[in-house]
Formats: sequence, C-alpha cells, structure tokens
Amino acid sequence: MGLRNVFDRIEPHFHKGGRYEKYYSIYEMVESLVYTPKTVTTVAPHARSYIDMKRIMTYVVLATIPCILFGLYNTGLQTNLAIAEYGASGWRAWIIETLGIGFNPANPLANMLHGLLYFLPIYLVTLVAGGIFEVIFAVVRRHEVNEGFLVSSMLYTLILPASTPLWQVALGIIFGVVIGKEVFGGTGKNFLNPALVGRAFLYFAYPAQMSGDSVWTPVDGFSGATALSVSASDGFTALPERGITWMDAFIGTIQGCLGETSTIACLIGLAFLLLTKIANWRLVAGCLLGMIAFSSLLNVIGSDSNPMFAMPWYWHLVVGGYAFGLVFMVTEPVSASHTNTGRWIYGALIGFMVVMIRVLNPAFPEGMMLAILFGNVFAPLIDYFVVQANIKRRAKRNA
Amino acid sequence: MEGLVSLAVKAIFVENLALSFFLGMCTFIAVSKKISTAIGLGISVMIVQTITVPANNLILNYLLAPGALAWAGFPDVDLTFLGLISYIGVIAALVQILEMVLDKYFPPLYNALGVFLPLITVNCAILGGSLFMVERAYDFPEALTYGASSGFGWALAITAMAGVREKLKYSDIPDGLQGLGVTFISAGLMALAFMSFSGVNL
Repeated sequence: MGLRNVFDRIEPHFHKGGRYEKYYSIYEMVESLVYTPKTVTTVAPHARSYIDMKRIMTYVVLATIPCILFGLYNTGLQTNLAIAEYGASGWRAWIIETLGIGFNPANPLANMLHGLLYFLPIYLVTLVAGGIFEVIFAVVRRHEVNEGFLVSSMLYTLILPASTPLWQVALGIIFGVVIGKEVFGGTGKNFLNPALVGRAFLYFAYPAQMSGDSVWTPVDGFSGATALSVSASDGFTALPERGITWMDAFIGTIQGCLGETSTIACLIGLAFLLLTKIANWRLVAGCLLGMIAFSSLLNVIGSDSNPMFAMPWYWHLVVGGYAFGLVFMVTEPVSASHTNTGRWIYGALIGFMVVMIRVLNPAFPEGMMLAILFGNVFAPLIDYFVVQANIKRRAKRNA
Repeated sequence: MEGLVSLAVKAIFVENLALSFFLGMCTFIAVSKKISTAIGLGISVMIVQTITVPANNLILNYLLAPGALAWAGFPDVDLTFLGLISYIGVIAALVQILEMVLDKYFPPLYNALGVFLPLITVNCAILGGSLFMVERAYDFPEALTYGASSGFGWALAITAMAGVREKLKYSDIPDGLQGLGVTFISAGLMALAFMSFSGVNL
C-alpha cells in the first residue's frame, strides 16, 4: 500500500493550517480518484447507501462505453470510406501510414484506430481545458472537484462533429463549465446541462463548423449529409436511395456526431443505467411517449410541402441525436424535474419539442439539443405546479 | 382563422417579447423572484396587452393614419407623428381605468395584482407590443390576437424565469454575481433555449 502511505504522509499539508491549505481541493480530487472517500456517515438517522456521487458519475461514464467504442469505429469507417475517394492527408494519415495499418474500411481495427485519432485529441482538449477551469474554481471557491466533470466532458466530446477545430472544442467546454455550471456553484447547482450549454454555444457561435453536410466526416472535399438533413430536404423515403436503411441508422453506420449515431449502443447504455437505477425510467418513458404521440399526430395531419411531416416515430428514434440525448441528457437528474409526475411531463415536453423543431423549424434539422435545453428551463416550473397540485389535493383531503 | 392561430404561436414562442426581443427586462428581472408574484404580473401584462394593442389599433386606424380622419371631413391629415405619445397616453389611461374597475368590481384580483398594475404602465413590452402592431400593419382581429398572445408569451417567460430563480436559491453563487448578475446570465441562457423556435415559419 505504498500509494496510501504517500497520501497519508502528504495529507496534513493540505489540511487547515498546513502549507498547501489552499490546494486541498486538488489533493482531494486526486485522492478520491484513486481511493473511496473516507467521509462516511455512520450514525443514525442517516440512511446509508453505496451509491454515492462518485459511483453515480462513474456509472454514467461506464454506460457511455458502447457509444464510445461504436463512435470510434463509425468515425473511422466514415473517414476511411471517404479517403478511398478523396485521399488522405494530415498528421493522422502519417501516423497510420507509419504504423502500416492502412485505410481499409473493411478492416474494423483500422477503423477503430483512425476513429481514435479523432476522438482522443478532442477528448484530451476537453479534459484539459475544462479541467483547468474546474480546478481554478474549486481552488478559489474551496469546493471539491467533482466527478460530474468526467461525465460532462465525455458527453460533450461524444456530441461534437469529428472535424471540430480543437480551439473551438476548448472554447465550448470552457463556456459550458463556467457559464453553465460554475457560476451557479458547481455540480448539482446548475439548471442547464453544462455539456449541452457548451455545445449550443458552439452551434450558434460557429455554425459553419457545427452544421451543414461537410463537417461530419473530417476529409477535405467530402460532403455527406446526415440522415436528418436528407429527410428534411427530400423526405425520409429518400433515405434508402441514399444507402441509409433503417437498420443502418439503428446500428449507427451513418453520418453524425462522434458518438451519437448508434441507437443500439445508446440502448445498451440505457439498459445499464436503468438496471442500476441511475436513470429514472419515467423520464425515458415520458420522452418516448411525447415523441411518438406528436410525430404520429403530424403523420396523420400530413403536409404537401414539408416531407418531414410523414416521418414515422421509429425513424425519429434512430436518426440524429435523439437516442443519445434520451439516454444521457434527458435522464440527467440535476437539470430534470424532481417530482415523479413532473418527470413524465418534462420527458413528454422534450419529446414534443424534438419533433417540433425537426419538423416545423426549417432553420435546424436536428432538435434534440435545443429541446433538452428548453425542457431544462421549464423543469423547475413543472415541479412547482406538481407540488402545488399536491398541496391542494392534500388540503382538500384533510379539510 | 388559420392565420390568427399561427400569428398567436409566433407571438408566444418565436417572437417572444422577453426572450427574443428582450423587452420589459426591468420588470422581468425585478419581479421574478417568486413564482406566485411572477404569475400575477404575467396575468396583468396579458390583460393590459390584450386591451391596449387593439385599442391602439383603433386609434391608429381611425385617428392617426394618413387619411384616417376622412370621417370627420379631413381626408388629407396625417397625424402619425403623434403616434408614440398617443400610444403611451392610451396605455397609461387604460391601465388607470382597468385599475379602478378591478378595485371596484374584482377586489381579490386587484389585491393580488397590487403594485404591478401601475408598474406595467411603463413596461416597454407593452409599448413594444403596440409599436410592433403599427409596424406590421395588423388589422383589428390580428391586433387582438397579437396583444393577447404576446402578453401570454411574456407571462410564460417570466414564470419560467421565476421557476429557475427559485431553484437557484439552493445554489452557491459567487459573491460578485449574486442577485442581478446571475439573473442576467440565467436570462441569457434561457434565451439560448428559446432559440429552438427561431426560424419557425408559420
């Protein structure tokens, strides 16, 4: 137990009165990353559970693993497919050629490696840039560096296009961490999802690098439309003609952000989160119901000029960021509604808004990000009305 | 009818007075600490807006617009330069009358609205509503719809804002940002979320 001894030896320096008192939060961060925190409540009346904050956050990161792995594969696959036509350039190509792996899209390993070369720089920049600001706030404000940032940084990375310039990656996560979270006091005190705030900031600040047809696969000259923008212009019936079957979209070998394309990978994560009870099933069910109900309604109404009206719910489910948002963003406990009835309403509101933005708003082909932010804004209000209704009902019962 | 419905949806969400035009910010920030008061203020704004926008529409069409005075024998008179002051006067007068009517006939509502009624005389969202009505040349039914729905949109925004602020009571905001600072940031972030409607064509 050499490491424990090192921690025990240097710990007094970080306590009150010690030499490095100011930097206790950094010490605490490193220690709790390696060891289980020692601060445990032992006496009544506290209920004890093994599910602490650290474990919740770690579980969410674990749940993203299928998405990460598939994201690596798909990013590499799309890039290698495009390279076959447009040729390779840049330092990534140099590394791959030096290793002698090649750009064969039929070779899963080559795809994974190529995807990793896109995923890793973005993820590292996110961790470093966001982490620096997280630690600055923790040191100055004397709160602990929270595992919540591990989740935010991972989710943020997975919802970026692979070709995002790294300085934009850094800018977005810094905005998300500082304005979306730290100005309110850190994890658990924000009202919007920090990863989404950062993503939305980039989306509106640099639309050229965040949307369009050429950003999803990072090969110069290649242009591949996402399933959503194809269906927005030509209708979802045009998707099979473009080589995108429902099964492709379900498995995720389509254009899209790094880790959000695969519905099946998201569903594996969802099963894990529901099984461990980290995610609340009411949020998921509400969001599904809202989406299915409103898209079916639009199917019935129909429209001559807008082909998106005819898109059935099972297509809405698999294209774009719906599945990823449903599993990892809607279920985020801090920014969602906190009452059980509220969770149904909150979920349904987001499901409704996604379809609304996708179908009725021609400015944005994808709506999950903005729909969730919209839901976040109304979550406290939904809770308020649910609580008021409860108070009224009980007052009547006991009158 | 369909046109009126889409006008209403547009006024509530797409062109939300508070979160996309940032009108009525002073009351929006000042009176959004509690949800119950925010609802009260929201309802007052809605009522006043529903009355003043159509009223100003009548004033414009029958008194101020070029040729509007034809019924009085002055077909060449153009009084539009009096627009701004007339609208403000109409708003102030109507709020006064509304206040007296409520005080006399609906005391509970009057007490609930309290100080907000006179306060919204100077709310720029109200004047903004009337000016948008002029600029976009709404006819009377459109003005009525626009008044009611833009007021409702403002009410919705301030209620959501109050919800967020009640939640933020439990957060740990840095000293320098407490109070107004964080409220402005929250309003900005809410406007980001309302961007989901920008671009909707109805």
